[in-house]
Amino acid sequence: MSEASQFWDGARRELAELPGGHGLNIAHVAVDQHVLQGNGQRIAIRWIGSGGSRSDISYQDLSWSASRFANALKALGIGAGDRVFSLLGRVPELHIAALGTWKLRAVFCPLFSAFGPEPVKARMSIAKPVVIVTTSRLFVRKIQPILADLPFLKHVILTDGGAGGLDFNALLAAASPSFEIEPTSPEELAILHFTSGTTGRPKGAMHVHAAAIAHRATAIHALDLKPEDIYWCTADPGWVTGTSYGIIAPLAVGCTLILDEEEFDAERWYSTLEKHRVNVWYTAPTAIRMLIRAGDELPKRFNLSALRFIASVGEPLHPEAVVWGQQVLGRPIHDNWWQTETGGIMIANTADMKIKPGSMGLALPGIEAAIVRRKDDAVEVIAENDAEGELALRPGWPSMFRGYLNEDERYKKCFAGGWYLTGDMATKDTDGYFWFVGRADDVIKSAGHLIGPFEVESALLAHPAVAEAAAIGVPDPVAGEVVKAYVSLRPGHAADEALMKELMAHARKKLGPAVAPRQIAISEDLPRTRSGKIMRRLLKARELGLPEGDTSTLEGAT
Amino acid sequence: MTQDQLVELVKRSLYEVAPDLEAEPLDPKRSFNEQFEFDSMDFLKFITGLHQATGLALPEKDYPHLVSLELAVAYLSEKLPS
Repeated sequence: MSEASQFWDGARRELAELPGGHGLNIAHVAVDQHVLQGNGQRIAIRWIGSGGSRSDISYQDLSWSASRFANALKALGIGAGDRVFSLLGRVPELHIAALGTWKLRAVFCPLFSAFGPEPVKARMSIAKPVVIVTTSRLFVRKIQPILADLPFLKHVILTDGGAGGLDFNALLAAASPSFEIEPTSPEELAILHFTSGTTGRPKGAMHVHAAAIAHRATAIHALDLKPEDIYWCTADPGWVTGTSYGIIAPLAVGCTLILDEEEFDAERWYSTLEKHRVNVWYTAPTAIRMLIRAGDELPKRFNLSALRFIASVGEPLHPEAVVWGQQVLGRPIHDNWWQTETGGIMIANTADMKIKPGSMGLALPGIEAAIVRRKDDAVEVIAENDAEGELALRPGWPSMFRGYLNEDERYKKCFAGGWYLTGDMATKDTDGYFWFVGRADDVIKSAGHLIGPFEVESALLAHPAVAEAAAIGVPDPVAGEVVKAYVSLRPGHAADEALMKELMAHARKKLGPAVAPRQIAISEDLPRTRSGKIMRRLLKARELGLPEGDTSTLEGAT
Repeated sequence: MTQDQLVELVKRSLYEVAPDLEAEPLDPKRSFNEQFEFDSMDFLKFITGLHQATGLALPEKDYPHLVSLELAVAYLSEKLPS
């Protein structure tokens, strides 16, 4: 037995199975087992609502609420394998809905609440959910306009009640708090997370109940998380981090998680760290850059002595930020690396090793990583140190995606020669530390989120004035990259200020601010291949002022 | 600057970043991100726009005073020579 599979066997044995040897279910691992072990009174979620209201939810209460939600879904005729979507901010209803969905053996898929109607429609059309849980405001703005295109959707559940849907609280109140989870195979589909490629529609990465084994083990190893900790993951629940490390991992470990409804505010964040005596804090480079901008004096006003471990994910954390953490917060910031497809942290600067600022760290226990070069259908592992290649992982860890929903071909393309190919270019140094170089494709990484250029371009092309569109990522001091779109206009349209505003308004309405371009420019000579395909890479090289010689070597330039 | 001019200035900076909001009712008391699809990156662009329009420094610690129309107008009328 290989070292990796031995590690994961051990991690699996540490996880509570369903009583009677009935398999593995995320909801049992995350809440019910703690209740069975006599820890039901521990605080699972400390919710800080907008306006500063606060409520504590115990593991027992969370287990009951999740059971009520499972019973409510069941009464609506929903069962194992059905898809339940959420479009919510950072509210406890998200955790209740996710856990209740897993209890029922249905499949949970969170959407980002800052998506506009188009990204919502694209993802729902692929996964065909029967239920969506959202708020009355988000329903009116994002679901109602596209409802006619969602014939598969049978129920809308609104956390605050209101017209057009069922009332979340009324459903829970009418349902029993007792629910017995049916036998669940560890390989059963539990979660869908959408991610973006360069071309085509978004891809729904499929994760199974066994993923919880990796969520828990990696939280212990990479985040130093312990059951007695107060833990704060700032990620939005609409992305994979908000589920893997905002719901499953902290609950599986048995700690108390902080759930903060409001958006970023430097002073309030430091105050939250102090007031709730946060021990482990998992955040993102964009947030850290905003804290750095807020100045070094601000954190001095707060007592951060409870803080033991800070980690960051989403995009490479620049070395200066790691040093800033040490100097200003009194703790270094530990960068780590993973992606939607890996389901959990793969490479990390952990508590017990030397941090190399700017590096993503070492492969975690149970993970074999290498730098490889694609050669037709095979891959070659690059043995020499510091040589650039694609980051590859040996498949087999429990939170690895099991497919892209209805997209077998795209799934198969991710594997070659016994490796999962991540699409990230990196190097490995003599000590085994990995260093991120860039994406192998044209996907844009903004504020830690992947944005597919095709999705942006499609929305722009839907405007009658636009003939062609190309979206690229341009450097930004806060978000790492932001989306910039180039468009060429149809005859009869003038590139005046009114039209530029109209295009921006159009893109934001369709896509939402998180996906819409932050800049739009007119270009009548978009670079293209001989076959007429727009070359985003060349466009990006021009934008960045790279010398002509460099552009010829860019991937996708021919 | 008069109150009305300040209201116009703040609105102009807001719609510069998010022209999609121009057609929507704006509640002067509620924060932009609470009532609209307006994220923290939008907010930073909005601040940059206000800075360019007024020449004021607008330090990060004052950001909480700029999150709604009413707060922003009050803040600017205090900082700007009348």
